Amino acid sequence: MSAVIGQHDDHAHDHAHDHPTGWRRWVYATNHKDIGTLYLWFSFAMLIVGGLNALLLRTELFQPGLQVVNPEFFNQLTTMHGLIMVFGAIMPAFVGFANWQIPLMIGASDMAFARMNNFSFWLLPPAALLLVASYFVPGGATAAGWTIYAPLSVQMGPGMDLAIFALHILGASSIMGSINIVTTILNMRAPGMTLMKMPLFVWTWLITAYLLIAVMPVLAGAITMLLTDRHFGTSFFNAAGGGDPVMFQHIFWFFGHPEVYIMILPAFGIVSEIIPTFARKRLFGYSSMVYATASIAILSFIVWAHHMFTTGMPVTGQLFFMYATMLIAVPTGVKIFNWVATMWRGSMTFETPMLFAVGFIFVFTMGGLTGIILSVAPLDIALHDTYYVVAHFHYVLVAGSLYALFAGVYYWIPKWTGYMYDERLGKWHFWMSLISFNVTFFPMHFLGLAGMPRRYADYPMQFADFNAFITLGSYWFGLSQLIFLWVVIKCIRGQGQKASDNPWEAREGLEWTIPSPAPFHTFETPPVVK
Amino acid sequence: MIKKSALNALTAALLGGWVSAALAVQDMPGGPKVNQLNLSEPANSIARGQIWLHDMLLWVCLVIFVGVFAVMFYSMWAHRKSRGAKPADFHESTSVEIAWTVVPFLIVVGLGIAATGEVIAQKDTSNPDMTVKVTGYQWKWGYDYLKGEGEGIGFLSTLSTPREQIEDRRFPDAKAKREANPTYLMEVDNPLVVPVNKKIRLVITANDVIHSWYVPRLGVKQDAIPGFVRDSWFKADQPGVYRGACTELCGKDHAFMPIVVEVKSAEDYSKWVAEQQKLMLARADDPNKEWTLADLNARGERVYAANCVACHQATGKGLPPAFPALEGSKLVLGDLPENIALMLNGRAGTAMASFKQLSDVELAAVITYTRNAWGNKPEKNLIQPAEVKSARK
Repeated sequence: MSAVIGQHDDHAHDHAHDHPTGWRRWVYATNHKDIGTLYLWFSFAMLIVGGLNALLLRTELFQPGLQVVNPEFFNQLTTMHGLIMVFGAIMPAFVGFANWQIPLMIGASDMAFARMNNFSFWLLPPAALLLVASYFVPGGATAAGWTIYAPLSVQMGPGMDLAIFALHILGASSIMGSINIVTTILNMRAPGMTLMKMPLFVWTWLITAYLLIAVMPVLAGAITMLLTDRHFGTSFFNAAGGGDPVMFQHIFWFFGHPEVYIMILPAFGIVSEIIPTFARKRLFGYSSMVYATASIAILSFIVWAHHMFTTGMPVTGQLFFMYATMLIAVPTGVKIFNWVATMWRGSMTFETPMLFAVGFIFVFTMGGLTGIILSVAPLDIALHDTYYVVAHFHYVLVAGSLYALFAGVYYWIPKWTGYMYDERLGKWHFWMSLISFNVTFFPMHFLGLAGMPRRYADYPMQFADFNAFITLGSYWFGLSQLIFLWVVIKCIRGQGQKASDNPWEAREGLEWTIPSPAPFHTFETPPVVK
Repeated sequence: MIKKSALNALTAALLGGWVSAALAVQDMPGGPKVNQLNLSEPANSIARGQIWLHDMLLWVCLVIFVGVFAVMFYSMWAHRKSRGAKPADFHESTSVEIAWTVVPFLIVVGLGIAATGEVIAQKDTSNPDMTVKVTGYQWKWGYDYLKGEGEGIGFLSTLSTPREQIEDRRFPDAKAKREANPTYLMEVDNPLVVPVNKKIRLVITANDVIHSWYVPRLGVKQDAIPGFVRDSWFKADQPGVYRGACTELCGKDHAFMPIVVEVKSAEDYSKWVAEQQKLMLARADDPNKEWTLADLNARGERVYAANCVACHQATGKGLPPAFPALEGSKLVLGDLPENIALMLNGRAGTAMASFKQLSDVELAAVITYTRNAWGNKPEKNLIQPAEVKSARK
């Protein structure tokens, strides 16, 4: 297909290759780089909105008692924080990376379906608007938790319907984005780039896209049933009508567990690009990294009920899901060992992307190890729905996915903007984020072990010190992200050193063969990979 | 103790006296300690098993963590460009890769085997000495003694911490009051009372949404699912008070429906059962008695305060739209059969649950109360228990 595009010699006059300016450039965007930029800005905006939700609920939790918000609103804040961060910040950010980087890394001229690409992005703002607007409808936003368990979600007001519509739209966007990514990767690689020569970031996204296509319709099914239970008299999740509330949890987590890997596999990909570059040494085990990623993806379909140990499964069910979950430690361990082996006897420097990548490995592994502790059914029963779980998933989602996203931005922003970021500020961002993250989330392990349930608007006095500490940490973490915004704006405004084509002296990667900033159109003639 | 005072000094230094409320607070009897760092002190074999598993796993994880990151940080120090490190060019080693796949696999298998016994023990609800039904309501717990000594006893268990200690915006001295209350938010009016050293089987369900019955020191956490019955069990080694909480998000007062289990010696438990049975006889109402408006109203106000006030509020203004106002409500002012039917069946798809667990007298009283309070004055404002009785099937 790329060959066909390459044969067009007269595209200087081709309308599709115009370079529109002003608002048309963004609204009618079909260029993968512009759409990638839109995705990244959108997800950053959502990160701020979701973060403000978190800071407000942390403010209430600063002290015991109710001072700032009432419990109904508190539940809305926890719910919207989760929904916005998962569906609005982390997922679109990775799609932004896919848009920018996949064509550059496989030597394609653009994504396969440029107009569908535009549509998948422009579905996001209305969905975000529905989510945020739901705060202002009667009864406020949904307060049933991001997992929207029935029957609590059946009780909710119209805010729940808005969230359901938003999730449907986001799901449609994700499915379209995934189809686009799969098609691009499978059909538009440069001649000579076999599957096993693809950069790992592309591999992880290929697998992630398949996961998305497999599970987003499952979520759509769950929330559609929820909608009909709410308004059209069905009883999918109502025992009185022959349904089962636990069935909702099964369907939700059949989506939800692969979803967890959807948010971490591309992060593994980004880190696997960065570590070899800054170690100046090739990745230790490329094929085992690919197989480990595939294994994690396959295992993700058979572990969902470890989120449901306390629903009262039969003992054989508990044992099966416990063993299957523990198995995930094996391919994940392979990845960690591979990164360390890549660093071993390299020649390392620690610019900000590398700092975030190493920070990722270090802190993500803590989240992985608490994951092993939680996989053990009797311990999960002790710790389920306590702050221990909150600590665990923030270690893998913030210190995992978000750190990898930061690492990726620092790594590729010279290519995107043509300017080096401010190294001093980048390092400040890293250290502030790393320390404040641990101040915020480490004490949550103690709270969870001591038995403080999550989603509580108020708590016993004995938990007061840790909670005050956590709230201060969360402000610090939130404010630290403004440094990041500053760094990015400086780059975009061209305040910094001009970036060379290959500023990191990366050993491989087609993206480093093109000029910085990447021209509007790249690889119109596909490169040949040997 | 040294650890604790050091920790307190640290928090005091970091946070200052202005937030460190816990400094003035003592450990909660039967509940969490101040700044507790690990699982709560176990009160039976299941909870002891959990702690053993946790501590064992934590050590295994720590050893792996320290091992892996010792290598990584050594490498980061030794193999850096600024120290003149030249990159090696090794990659891919089948034997190393097999080793770091097989060894973690074996560790995981070992951990799985170590945990299996505990999973089976935790699920073994056979041969109980007593069976208690636990029902989760928005936002309280109901206990019904189904089998064993005390059979027939049943009551609701509600948070006893007054709002005056919780809501700072309404009560400026709330902070001082709750600081003087070591069991803040983890105390109830009627605890679940059980005998020591007896296997108590819990059959757990819910009336409205999913709740979860969690008492850390007894090693129990079981979701309460509306329309389904799940079971769990515990046995307490020592008499005492054991506190817990609801752990499944269940709406606005999720944080305000704690659990208290009081474990008594066999004799004390028998005494408690006798007392309860006497009280129940005394409380039993004659459903055919004709009640006066004043009596029903007074009774209804109590029923309202125990069951309705969380949603519909003391002012009767509710918290619309989820919890509609009763003041001037069409339903309250309208047709009586419809009103009774709503109380008995609830309304599907809304937060209004069925209250058929209340007695005929209680239902008649609370309907009468809502028809007379807040300026409500429908034509029919006195409802006799017999009318509720005939509306039940």
